[in-house]
Amino acid sequence: MTEIERHAVDVVVIGAGGAGLRAAIEARARGMRTAVVCKSLFGKAHTVMAEGGIAAAMGNVNPHDNWQVHFRDTMRGGKFLNNWRMAELHAQEAPDRVWELETYGALFDRTEDGRISQRNFGGHEYPRLAHVGDRTGLELIRSLQQQVVALQQADFREFGDYEAGLRVFAECTVTDVLLDGGRVAGAFGYWRESGRFVLFEAPAVVLATGGIGKSFKVTSNSWEYTGDGHALALRSGARLINMEFVQFHPTGMVWPPSVKGILVTESVRGDGGVLRNAEGRRFMFDYIPEVFKEKYADNEAEADRWYTDPDHNRRPPELLPRDEVARAINAEVKAGRGSPHGGVFLDVSSRLPAAEIIRRLPSMHHQFRELADVDITREPMEVGPTCHYVMGGVEVDPDTAGSRVPGLFAAGEVAGGMHGSNRLGGNSLSDLLVFGRRAGLGAAAYVTSLGQDKPVVAMADVDQARQRALAPFGGSPADGPPENPYTLHVELQQVMNDLVGIIRRSDEMELAVKKLDELKRRARNVVVEGHRQYNPGWHLALDLGNMLLVSECVARAALERTESRGGHTRDDFPQMDPEWRRALLACELARGPAGAEAEVRVSRHVQPPLRPDLLALFDLAELQKYFLDDELTDHPRWQLRERA
Amino acid sequence: MGYQAHFRVWRGDADAGELRDYQVEVNEGEVVLDVIHRLQATQCPDLAVRWNCKAGKCGSCSAEINGRPRLMCMTRMSVFTEDETVTVTPMRSFPVVRDLVTDVSYNYEKAREIPSFRPPAGLAPGEYRMRQVDVNRSQEFRKCIECFLCQNTCHVIRDHDDNKLSFSGPRYLMRIAELEMHPLDSHGDTGGDRRELAQAEHGLGFCNITKCCTEVCPEHIKITDNALIPLKERVVDRRYDPLFGLFRRRGDRT
Ligand SMILES: Cc1cc2nc3c(=O)[nH]c(=O)nc-3n(C[C@H](O)[C@H](O)[C@H](O)COP(=O)(O)OP(=O)(O)OC[C@H]3O[C@@H](n4cnc5c(N)ncnc54)[C@H](O)[C@@H]3O)c2cc1C
Ligand code: SF4
Ligand code: SF4
Ligand code: FES
Repeated sequence: MTEIERHAVDVVVIGAGGAGLRAAIEARARGMRTAVVCKSLFGKAHTVMAEGGIAAAMGNVNPHDNWQVHFRDTMRGGKFLNNWRMAELHAQEAPDRVWELETYGALFDRTEDGRISQRNFGGHEYPRLAHVGDRTGLELIRSLQQQVVALQQADFREFGDYEAGLRVFAECTVTDVLLDGGRVAGAFGYWRESGRFVLFEAPAVVLATGGIGKSFKVTSNSWEYTGDGHALALRSGARLINMEFVQFHPTGMVWPPSVKGILVTESVRGDGGVLRNAEGRRFMFDYIPEVFKEKYADNEAEADRWYTDPDHNRRPPELLPRDEVARAINAEVKAGRGSPHGGVFLDVSSRLPAAEIIRRLPSMHHQFRELADVDITREPMEVGPTCHYVMGGVEVDPDTAGSRVPGLFAAGEVAGGMHGSNRLGGNSLSDLLVFGRRAGLGAAAYVTSLGQDKPVVAMADVDQARQRALAPFGGSPADGPPENPYTLHVELQQVMNDLVGIIRRSDEMELAVKKLDELKRRARNVVVEGHRQYNPGWHLALDLGNMLLVSECVARAALERTESRGGHTRDDFPQMDPEWRRALLACELARGPAGAEAEVRVSRHVQPPLRPDLLALFDLAELQKYFLDDELTDHPRWQLRERA
Repeated sequence: MGYQAHFRVWRGDADAGELRDYQVEVNEGEVVLDVIHRLQATQCPDLAVRWNCKAGKCGSCSAEINGRPRLMCMTRMSVFTEDETVTVTPMRSFPVVRDLVTDVSYNYEKAREIPSFRPPAGLAPGEYRMRQVDVNRSQEFRKCIECFLCQNTCHVIRDHDDNKLSFSGPRYLMRIAELEMHPLDSHGDTGGDRRELAQAEHGLGFCNITKCCTEVCPEHIKITDNALIPLKERVVDRRYDPLFGLFRRRGDRT
């Protein structure tokens, strides 16, 4: 066995997006020697693409806002399937996390009185999203990146070494989490540039790897989103929950083909943009679901008044939660009322003066002008749903972000539970900071609690990881023709898009499971050319295994849930079913009989019941639309309710 | 709609390389990065290229296209005629790793040498108050996506590699300007002087305001006019104003 590059640290954070960097900052602040590993260059993680803003009930624009209102909106958006404790911590701590960014040097847009400005967004009762034009993610990641640098400078002053306490391993991919008797012992990966392997010896690993969108054909997500963290968690013995819930953002670009899926931020609607069909009708008025009738205007006049007088008018239905808007657009297109390239029209040009559009939505203006020859100050955009976010992820303890595998933590998009069946816009960036910090704390506390009892990496496991990584160079496969990773990836994306997409049916999903099985078999025969130095074909071959595993979880969980809720819509079960509200579907890898490959198993569990004081934040009548009677007996008004 | 385009792509590594010719399909609405991806998928699976967002937001896909420094994901194929050869080469000012991928660590090293934002003493998180007009300028600089195209273009290092030691380049001089103009940075209150630092440590004096950096910036940041020239003027102020120079710190901003 050849020598391998080794790094012994206390905490390895996999991912340098908002969640990973915030976790690393916290772990380092607790005295942990910390490594951050990421597939891209430092400062380019997917978080950089976030546009609209970060949700935090600071009450800068509307003083009625507070964490309870934010909590309520989050639970409603998730159709009450959210892990309530996560939603509670998130709503309570988000303002502190945003203010903290200012101490790192962030510069948000300001209100008249010099505070952080907040904008309207779908599902949020008050203007709540702190933002910087429509490039909030860039501000977030740059501020965290610069704080990492600040900490490194402090280490340099103290130890003469920038990387004494916190080191970033950029363009490095982790392919395995290594265990010792069921506890985390380290991580194994390769440098993308050289193809050389690297071993991290560490008792704690924080997964902050983001999402899974690259398994779908039309997506707003980048190549990084191959579900690596989800797959690493499964293979280490952790469980994934809520995997059937995938968010399709209602507004992605639909034309030209090469940019199909690229996001059009929800701020366009928050700032006054409206959706119209080919007949020019603001069709969202036709799609207000029963449960939201009290909060959303049923006529244009009231909806338009809301922008200037939100206290006395109901909000425009364009700002319904994303799942509702995405389904409505889908239905309009299906009914033949779509735009020329198969979307609908999103118009802000007739709603705001050109200069105002350019000031508020600079990157949208730029994006459409550069990529589609459309001037959004003069003409409407064409938009349609695009795969955007996965609600499902690693099951974690809300307070510590720890999974059921000792030493394995998860935060950000890769973690599950916080958003229930549907995430509200702006609630991800805040989630990254709140739970990124908690994961850093959790990992530090865990490492401290170990004392001298540190797990040890077994060299046999390292060898195995190495063999797994090198398999695609293996030459001609024994049982079939050699496969090209790019071809398999395209086929996978088509399967997920067509069969487990925005509207689902049992026969299609069964077919998907079968096709995924077949793709899995073929993926074993993937052969790549060339050598290990910066070889994208090889990288994709390794990512493909993760995408297949995670796609199988999505398909199997979706098949199991026989209702429609949030990011899971079934043609054959169109109603929401209160029985299913308290059911959590968990995916895990179950070892088959000796020799056979491990397979994905889905099991059903009971949601932890909502704490009574949190139940009391809602009207009983509203809760009765979602909950079964026996779950509501702790509500303060239960005894006083009108009996039917 | 589609047509066959003639591409010349630089292939090689740190030791050696060459331009190679490819015939490749191009469809309506595509950008150069799409075509590079098609080459990967159909003809050369090991062609190395950096990219991420494919929407001009992350600054990963910088290269030189027909000699012009640009983002591959924001360069429409429609700007070329169908019979035009499209030549794609890596950024010239940074060492090649492989094919279109360069070693940009110079930039990260320079970033580390700039003293960070220092929060104001006596203000707790949540108590920061800044007027929009006072943050506009720094916000413009914070639009930077760190594509390093300006760094790649600036002749101070493009033509003289040795200058890298003493010159931090437009992106990082602009970073100093950004902090200098941040309404609440307290670096100055503790005796630091960012303008002096720009001059003494980061090579502001090398810049002879040719504005080539501004021209290539995909974010259309007015690097020279809004960051570098004001920074130079402040340095001049600071140096030649015997009456106020030594005592004046943030007076010009209140
Ligand atoms: C276009 C767009 C706009 C959005 N706008 C908003 C918005 O306005 N508000 C909002 O709240 N949310 C928004 N979101 C969602 C939000 O941006 C993401 O959910 C969030 O940024 C995810 O952050 P993260 O820290 O979990 O992961 P990411 O930022 O995606 O980072 C993942 C990191 O993990 C690394 N990684 C992955 N796998 C590996 C591996 N195997 N080895 C090593 N490293 C690995 C990656 O390199 C990367 O550094 C938007 C999303 C998109 C796509
Ligand atoms: S203006 Fe200055 S920094 Fe910009 S390219 Fe010219 S010399 Fe370089
Ligand atoms: S200033 Fe402009 S050109 Fe320079 S790195 Fe930033 S975005 Fe790129
Ligand atoms: S891929 Fe992100 S800027 Fe081009």
